[in-house]
Amino acid sequence: MRNQASETKKVPFFRKPAVQSIVASLICVLGGLLVGFIVLLLMAVFSKDIPVSEAFRGILIVLSGPIAAGNPKDVLFTCGNMLFTATPLIMTGLSVALAFKTGLFNIGAPGQYLMGAMGSLLVALSIPQGTMPAALIWILAFLAGTLLGVLWGAIPGFFKAKFNVNEVIVCILTNWIAANVVSWVFYANQEKFVNIAETKTNFIKKTISNGVSTATFGLDKLFANSYLDVSIVIVCVIAVLLYVMLNKTTFGYELRACGYNRNAAKYAGMNEKRNILLSMAIAGGLAGCGAALWCLNGQQDFKWNTYQSLPNVGFNGIPAALLASNNPIGVIFSAIFLRYIDTGGSYLPGETSFNEYVSQLIIAVIIYFAGFSKFIKDYLKKKQMKKETAATIAGDFVKNPERPIGQTASEQSAAPPPEAPAPAGPGSGEETAETASAADVPAEGKDGDGQ
Amino acid sequence: MIFLLQKTLIFAIPLLIVALAGMYAERSGIINIALDGIMIFGAFMGAIAAFGLRKSTFFVDHTQLLFLICLLIAAVSGAVFSLLLSFSAINLKADQTIGGTALNLLAPAITLFITKVLFNKDKLEMETAVDSAGKSRDFGFAMLNGDLNPVGQVFFDKSYISTFLAVFIFIVLSVWIYKTKTGLRLRSCGEHPQAAASVGINVNRMRYLGTTISGALAGFGGYAYVATVANGTAEGTVAGMGFLALAIMIFGNWKPVGIAFGSLLFGFLKCLAVTYNKSLIQPLESHAWMQNLLANSEGFKTFYEAIFKNMYFYNLIPFITVLIVLAFTSKRSRAPKAEGIPYDKGAR
Repeated sequence: MRNQASETKKVPFFRKPAVQSIVASLICVLGGLLVGFIVLLLMAVFSKDIPVSEAFRGILIVLSGPIAAGNPKDVLFTCGNMLFTATPLIMTGLSVALAFKTGLFNIGAPGQYLMGAMGSLLVALSIPQGTMPAALIWILAFLAGTLLGVLWGAIPGFFKAKFNVNEVIVCILTNWIAANVVSWVFYANQEKFVNIAETKTNFIKKTISNGVSTATFGLDKLFANSYLDVSIVIVCVIAVLLYVMLNKTTFGYELRACGYNRNAAKYAGMNEKRNILLSMAIAGGLAGCGAALWCLNGQQDFKWNTYQSLPNVGFNGIPAALLASNNPIGVIFSAIFLRYIDTGGSYLPGETSFNEYVSQLIIAVIIYFAGFSKFIKDYLKKKQMKKETAATIAGDFVKNPERPIGQTASEQSAAPPPEAPAPAGPGSGEETAETASAADVPAEGKDGDGQ
Repeated sequence: MIFLLQKTLIFAIPLLIVALAGMYAERSGIINIALDGIMIFGAFMGAIAAFGLRKSTFFVDHTQLLFLICLLIAAVSGAVFSLLLSFSAINLKADQTIGGTALNLLAPAITLFITKVLFNKDKLEMETAVDSAGKSRDFGFAMLNGDLNPVGQVFFDKSYISTFLAVFIFIVLSVWIYKTKTGLRLRSCGEHPQAAASVGINVNRMRYLGTTISGALAGFGGYAYVATVANGTAEGTVAGMGFLALAIMIFGNWKPVGIAFGSLLFGFLKCLAVTYNKSLIQPLESHAWMQNLLANSEGFKTFYEAIFKNMYFYNLIPFITVLIVLAFTSKRSRAPKAEGIPYDKGAR
């Protein structure tokens, strides 16, 4: 697609792959909202207690997100908290997206997140205040969280690379191992870390108690004393760096090549095992880093006895990544969007007979539709192709002599030219990438798990 | 020990049946990562049915009949719910991981939404009801035979009707997929759908069949879990059982015998974690040499107290065991070749 673009110089706006991805995502979002609205309407119609008008009010509240808070000050406060809670979600979204790009399904983000939280809390609370500057403790804690995340992500990567064990199963197992290890570590050191100042002893001390907290640079004041701190900026920078790494560096190219076709990548001389391991390790690091940023805010409670449950923010990274078609920059927006809908939903119980789970339902439907985005994009393309082939059938043939007249780009990509090993040639590799970008979660285990 | 084995059997049954569900879908070529969601949905529908039907005294009198009806409803609704996955994966050729993830998100959302709106609660509990004789009955065991010999007790005391039904279904379906024509066709669609199509097998229909059976089994397993392990509480989660079943399926190498072994082993270790104090620590400490060891060696005692008397240690064992076994058996592991790949007639 890119080759084509450079040849023809100017691609019509709606034919740009990026634009089509965004259009497809928007269609998914609209579809999700529509289904959500229909569910509310059905509920209202079939229930005697709920007037039909409440369905309209309900969907409007969900749509208005933090604006539903009412007066400007509350809206600002809610906005700030929405952005702050989006921070770890962006990180787990990036974690999942990066793994997807390498053809791996990182369902282990919850475990990596827990380990990251443990690492940062242990360091931030165990170095006594005053022995070194708080900023240094912050940096050490941040690194510790990230490092534990890296370690936890590397386990599935190692098992996949070394033993060819399906990464999904190892991720599931490591999630529960992490949940128990974290609980155990804090259980064994209760008197040091558990917050006994509050009546319940479910939570770890806030890091602010040791003077460690993320700098806010006035962001919290800007948003009416919300929790927002500079971590949202850090996260955006990380997303951009990840985008550059994936799309502009050799290493990123290798990772993506592994995602498109592992065997072809190996054939082209890439060390696919190393790439798998590194990809999972970085993905783990991203999730751990998200947890560290959340914990080091200073004001947050971390529930330590977590052996029976896994943090939702880890699993929600999956929809965040899928909605963004695994584009790191897109993850920022999709994660904030998810939090936006959630925030709107949280006002439902107070104002209507509905409840906050509507927003989860909408998100689920959006993701369901996101699976169709390849279908939608192909459809969009086909429609344009039809229009164009009628008008410029001759011109098109001159520009693309290889492509038989009437065949659409998607059909072409579905059956790649037999002479090129797919990812090695930038042309054909790129083409598959763009047409399948939303759905480029390569099927796990298609190359046979095991010999 | 009898108690531990009884618990193991109860815990292993949902795993067993849901892992078989995963096997059916994957053998037909569809990755069913939505097992967890389907379990939640099936359990919820079954619980709603139980909730409604227990208002009539007839069903309170005939608890086991009610149990069977609820299991059936759970299975049917699981099958219907899984059609969402089949439709996206087979008709629209969408990515199966995305479709499955969507169902996993959808099921808790929809169950919690409806529970909250209808009952104004976060979970649905099947409480005791009063039967025609005026006795309060809960949702209970099919048989209580405390006077049997130990082996009999494991299987026939404090056991649920779902256990026997699940074992029966498991055996029938395991034989069916290997010994019948349709079973062979279904398996061929998971290995090489184009080859299957070339001899006149309708791949899409086979994949629909596999996924629908999978959905029905997962729904069944979901209700069995809620009614037995979770003591009749349906909420928006099955504690990751669906994912564990997926792990057991891979552990069992996509084969019924492996799955049966895996779920029993995992169930045993998991139940050990719940009952370790009664089933392990107490018998061990009743021995004289153990008491001597503890009295004489201070170092051993601290170690023993910190590790072997710790719940988290036992919680970790099942997961680590599976991980280690996987590392050693990975050489023999073989997934269905075409799983996860949308069927494309034109592909070679």
